[in-house]
Amino acid sequence: MNTETQKVQHELGDVAIKIHEMHKWYGSFHVLKDINLEVQSGERIVVCGPSGSGKSTMIRCINRLEEHQKGDIIVDGTELTNDLKNIEAVRREVGMVFQHFNLFPHLTVMENCTLAPIWVRKTPKTEAEAIAMQYLERVKIPEQAHKFPGQLSGGQQQRVAIARSLCMNPKIMLFDEPTSALDPEMIKEVLDVMIELAREGMTMICVTHEMGFAKTVANRVIFMDAGQIIEQNEPNEFFNNPQNERTQLFLSQILQH
Amino acid sequence: MTTQSTQKYEPGTHPDLPPPFTASGPVKWVRENLFSSPANIIMTLLAAFALYKMVPGMFSWAFTDATFLAADRNECRALSSGACWAFIVQRWELFTYGFYPEAERWRVNLTFVLLLVVIVGLLWENCPGRKWIIRFSIIFPFLAFWLIMGGFGLQRVTTDQFGGFMLTLIIGIVGISLSLPIGICLALGRQSNLPIIKYACIGFIEFIRGVPLITLLFVASTMLSYFLPPGTNFNLLLRVLIMVTLFASAYMAEVIRGGLQAIPKGQTEAADAMGLKYWASMRLIVLPQALKISIPGIVNTFIGLYKDSTLVIIIGLLDPLGIGQASLADNKWQGLSTEVYLFVAIFFFISCFAMARYSLYLERKLDTGHRN
Ligand SMILES: Nc1ncnc2c1ncn2[C@@H]1O[C@H](COP(=O)(O)OP(=O)(O)OP(=O)(O)O)[C@@H](O)[C@H]1O
Ligand SMILES: [Mg+2]
Repeated sequence: MNTETQKVQHELGDVAIKIHEMHKWYGSFHVLKDINLEVQSGERIVVCGPSGSGKSTMIRCINRLEEHQKGDIIVDGTELTNDLKNIEAVRREVGMVFQHFNLFPHLTVMENCTLAPIWVRKTPKTEAEAIAMQYLERVKIPEQAHKFPGQLSGGQQQRVAIARSLCMNPKIMLFDEPTSALDPEMIKEVLDVMIELAREGMTMICVTHEMGFAKTVANRVIFMDAGQIIEQNEPNEFFNNPQNERTQLFLSQILQH
Repeated sequence: MTTQSTQKYEPGTHPDLPPPFTASGPVKWVRENLFSSPANIIMTLLAAFALYKMVPGMFSWAFTDATFLAADRNECRALSSGACWAFIVQRWELFTYGFYPEAERWRVNLTFVLLLVVIVGLLWENCPGRKWIIRFSIIFPFLAFWLIMGGFGLQRVTTDQFGGFMLTLIIGIVGISLSLPIGICLALGRQSNLPIIKYACIGFIEFIRGVPLITLLFVASTMLSYFLPPGTNFNLLLRVLIMVTLFASAYMAEVIRGGLQAIPKGQTEAADAMGLKYWASMRLIVLPQALKISIPGIVNTFIGLYKDSTLVIIIGLLDPLGIGQASLADNKWQGLSTEVYLFVAIFFFISCFAMARYSLYLERKLDTGHRN
């Protein structure tokens, strides 16, 4: 059997993320409504839902790129409040991969990867470079280390972005549609890296519409619509036997093609 | 150019080949750029004719028919019909140092040489001993201040004795090196979440931009003494330096704000997500990119500041233009304004053109192949 389609399985640990009755507004627009979510460490969660349903907003609340107005978010034992110390502590432990990579174009791949370890973790430069090289090897682009991001393909850039996050040695990784800006042939190379990561036991929350990935990797699939979590279930149940009609509609739409 | 017969390879076995040799050379360039179409040919011929008519005349006026040594205007006229550079030659030192005491001028020269070393060291990345020059550049301002002003064992020179190119350079360099950091702070302050900082910056920028520099210079020369407690004697040159710097800073702030706005939000988000603090993310991620795109505007502001320094003539400081005007009043040298203004123009042109070229070099060097 192909290793990639083998189900990734792990023992789950303690609570990594706890979101409790969380609400968020943009001005008067109520984007997130009563979000409750608990993520065990080692758990891999896929979030899906129609465009504008608040998926990005929700995962961006977890590292405080967006501020919630009501309820609690506790990440790795630290509650997210206005306290900058707490926010920085959470951000050190939570890596994020963006749809549009957000690599730093003025720095080389290597510098992109060593920047945070050097400035945030105060790792000595040579050590940071050794670690970066290790992760670049894992995402299979060590030979690009001295190029600038602008000289790489989209798939390579996204793999650098993943390596860059991993260099901080995070406990949790957030992915916001990491493959949706990529051409089809590059999607696989990025997904392979993510599957590998899942296999090693990383706690992951991925917003994605790659259902194959969800089936292979996820412990749980969450469906969001209009700012609410409508349904969540383990992948087989979720895809084969969706309960809510909005979920059914959504699945029928994305599975059509 | 004849192309070699291209060899065929089995699919999948094609080796890496060097890129093809592209035809070039002066003949080709001329044909493509000067004679590519009838309209182009006419333009080329017209331009050539205009050059033919103008250049020889200008050349002989400025060089072959010119006089370089003479005691006064009449002697010049008697010697030849061209430019009378003798005037400039005779007043050369006045143009350079103003009224700086003659015996102390070595101090200005020494400062100038050190300045060149510092500039080369800071701007040229592969300069030998760059590390030491960068360290030296930190003490250089104090050293330069001491050398030029005197005190502590050197004869004191007062700022009203300054003049000429030296004065222009002092105003230009102080203004340029201070307006960039102040402009950056103002631009960042303008984007601040703290209303007090934000509105203070906006107010400052809009006020300074809304007032002509000449007005500020007049304020500097006269009004400040009303505002300041009586008895404080605030050096005129220092006031001018402050005003010129603030004026350029306000423009600089807007140029840099443009650059800051061009940086995609994802850049700060990525930096935040990694746990970088505000200042680190500004210094390491946002500003390097924002300043890079702002280079043309920044250098534009520098050049503007540098040339605006000639306005100090209005409040009685004698920059090269002021020296030129004062010298033209001399009976022995009447009617030489062309030479004087041309000379001053060449001085400014050389400095400004150098800045412009350096900025192009910098843009090319910092280009990392990124296109948004
Ligand atoms: N900064 C903002 N200000 C106001 N409204 C916003 C802002 N950001 C997002 N929104 C709105 O919030 C809602 C949720 O946005 P979000 O980006 O979380 O959706 P999403 O589920 O990630 O969608 P997509 O699949 O298109 O990425 C959308 O209706 C969007 O228009
Ligand atoms: Mg989104």
